Amino acid sequence: MEWLSEFGAIAAMQGFNGLSVFCVLLLMALGLAIIFGQMGVINMAHGEFLTIGAYTTFVVSSLTSSYAPAFGPYYFFFAIILSFFIAGAIGWLVEWAMISKLYQRPLDTLLATWGLSLVMQQGFRSIFGAREVSATLPDWLMGSWNPTEAIDIPRNGLFVMGLTLLLTALLFLMIYRSRWGLQVRATMQNRVMARSVGINTKRVDRMTFALGCGVAGVAGAAFTTIGSTGPTAGSLYIVDTFLVVVFGGASSLLGTIASAFSIAQAQSLLEFFTSGSMAKVFTLSAVVLILMLRPQGLFSAKVRK
Amino acid sequence: MNPTLDKLLGGKQGAIGLALLAALILVVFPLALDAFRLNMVGKYLTYAFVAVGLVLCWGYGGILSLGQGIFFGLGGYCMAMFLKLEASDPERTKIQSTPGIPDFMDWNQITELPLLWEPFHSLSFTLIAVVVVPVLLALVIGIAMFKRRVGDVYFSIVTQAIALILTVLIIGQQGLTGGVNGITDLRTLKGWDIRSDEAKLILYFVSAALLIGCILIARFIIASKLGRLLLAMRDKEERVRFSGYDVASFKIFVFCVGAAFAGIGGAMFTLQVGFMSPSFVGIVPSIEMVIFAAVGGRLSLLGAVYGALLVNFGKTYFSESFPELWLYLMGGLFIVVVMYFPNGLAGLWDSHGKRCLARLRRKPQVLVTPPPAVIATGKRPTPELETTP
Repeated sequence: MEWLSEFGAIAAMQGFNGLSVFCVLLLMALGLAIIFGQMGVINMAHGEFLTIGAYTTFVVSSLTSSYAPAFGPYYFFFAIILSFFIAGAIGWLVEWAMISKLYQRPLDTLLATWGLSLVMQQGFRSIFGAREVSATLPDWLMGSWNPTEAIDIPRNGLFVMGLTLLLTALLFLMIYRSRWGLQVRATMQNRVMARSVGINTKRVDRMTFALGCGVAGVAGAAFTTIGSTGPTAGSLYIVDTFLVVVFGGASSLLGTIASAFSIAQAQSLLEFFTSGSMAKVFTLSAVVLILMLRPQGLFSAKVRK
Repeated sequence: MNPTLDKLLGGKQGAIGLALLAALILVVFPLALDAFRLNMVGKYLTYAFVAVGLVLCWGYGGILSLGQGIFFGLGGYCMAMFLKLEASDPERTKIQSTPGIPDFMDWNQITELPLLWEPFHSLSFTLIAVVVVPVLLALVIGIAMFKRRVGDVYFSIVTQAIALILTVLIIGQQGLTGGVNGITDLRTLKGWDIRSDEAKLILYFVSAALLIGCILIARFIIASKLGRLLLAMRDKEERVRFSGYDVASFKIFVFCVGAAFAGIGGAMFTLQVGFMSPSFVGIVPSIEMVIFAAVGGRLSLLGAVYGALLVNFGKTYFSESFPELWLYLMGGLFIVVVMYFPNGLAGLWDSHGKRCLARLRRKPQVLVTPPPAVIATGKRPTPELETTP
């Protein structure tokens, strides 16, 4: 019986590990699922919007600890909201200045946003320095939760999980249940038709892009609870994130969730048996192979062309 | 003129352009630069191989590979494996616990040369592998992607993912590949010391000549019917398919040619720089190579070479003098070129440079006689011509 409970504890912790990798992937992919999945814009600077959120949280945290220590336990919620709006506002500007001029040339969008990501990375480096920074976490995010003796689940992981659930639910409601979401989907499926029924497609584009960037900002804020932030933190994840969205079937939010889940579980399971880098190689290769066999991804929306 | 030769040179203008480039890299650079700088230019020229391949794939074929670093790296690693085996003969490595194998393998407690390395004892095998290995991989990727009609964007993302996979794999398999450091400390090629100034000069000329050879091959492809089809596919793929052409095969072919060029470039890189590491395989170098092609002009083979040279000169100069500014400039340059000058330097040359040149050429004529050329072509004389006394 002893070994069974021990095995159960390891399985539970391993499962939780997979779940938190899943949440991280999903948080990153949500913003991209909107920008790439719905709009078809390849935003290589997506990782940098994530970094904006992380740095915003860092700034709020250090301002709080030096000017309003009493506010300490609650600052994090404020930081999340601020991250959303700052990343969203910058996204709005970027759409206005760059993306809106490149809708006819998707491959060029990819290249131009890559240039943007270089500029943004260097910007972070100039402002915050090349060294990694980390926000001071409120006490309620530290430590871990022990349902039994052997199981040890970190609280920040739980928090990120909760945030992921909330954000996914909100996005789902916005895209599939709100009037605005209807306009977005209409614009993406048939731009000319949408315009002719009176939808301001330019505004829809701009708001959609800004929303996607804002979500990336929230993801960045959530990441500060897990790790530290450097100028190139976002760019490390960009390829994985794109793969998650492509693998899931670009225009399906459900697909993104499913693909993030399967990639994360596969990776954390493989990590248990082989080294971290080989686990990544196997997972990514499997994803690429499946994509070669099924280019439309796991879940594909039926769209008449 | 012989039609084949005409295709190769791309008419009178193409021949002049090529002659200018050849003069620049074969005569001007070797005369004007010292050994160190010339070696640096040689390194830039190896990137130009990739950029020329990208012009074919991306500018003409419309397929943007963000993983050309894979092929560059594979070519480079093939060459490096041969040189490393030669550099680690039992005589020189007798202090190792297993003499005769590369030093990094010894550090990783490997006691026997891995099977993968065995064939690289032979130079002829290596030279074939430099081209064939990248082409085979490109063939597999191409068949898998294009036969299933995967879109351009997906292709870019998947090639990028493959570049990431390969980098992680190379870094992870330290005993087999040398890990992050790569394969270093390469000394001789069949007993010929590649580190001497004289050898570097010879290698520079070999690589410049090979580059010109690649440009000629690319020109031949573009001028042939295949080149026309590539352009047609890029602009209206469905129509070409309905005309009965197998679109996928053409795409696979041009992708393989690009891979072969990149592989040759990688091998020449290893020979001239003396090492190969995963930092030339991954996503960042792959996208940088796209920048070279974009800055030079995605439709111009010669432009790609100038793009590679200029961006790299800029990179070296600015990262030496203003390291802070370099990424701003590089990113800004990229945004501006992509958004406002999609045809790069070559496009600017076509729209502005040629007109200036024509104006310069016409001026002396005006002083002597009225310009017959202008009248003959039916163009309205430019205002400058009329006001010139």
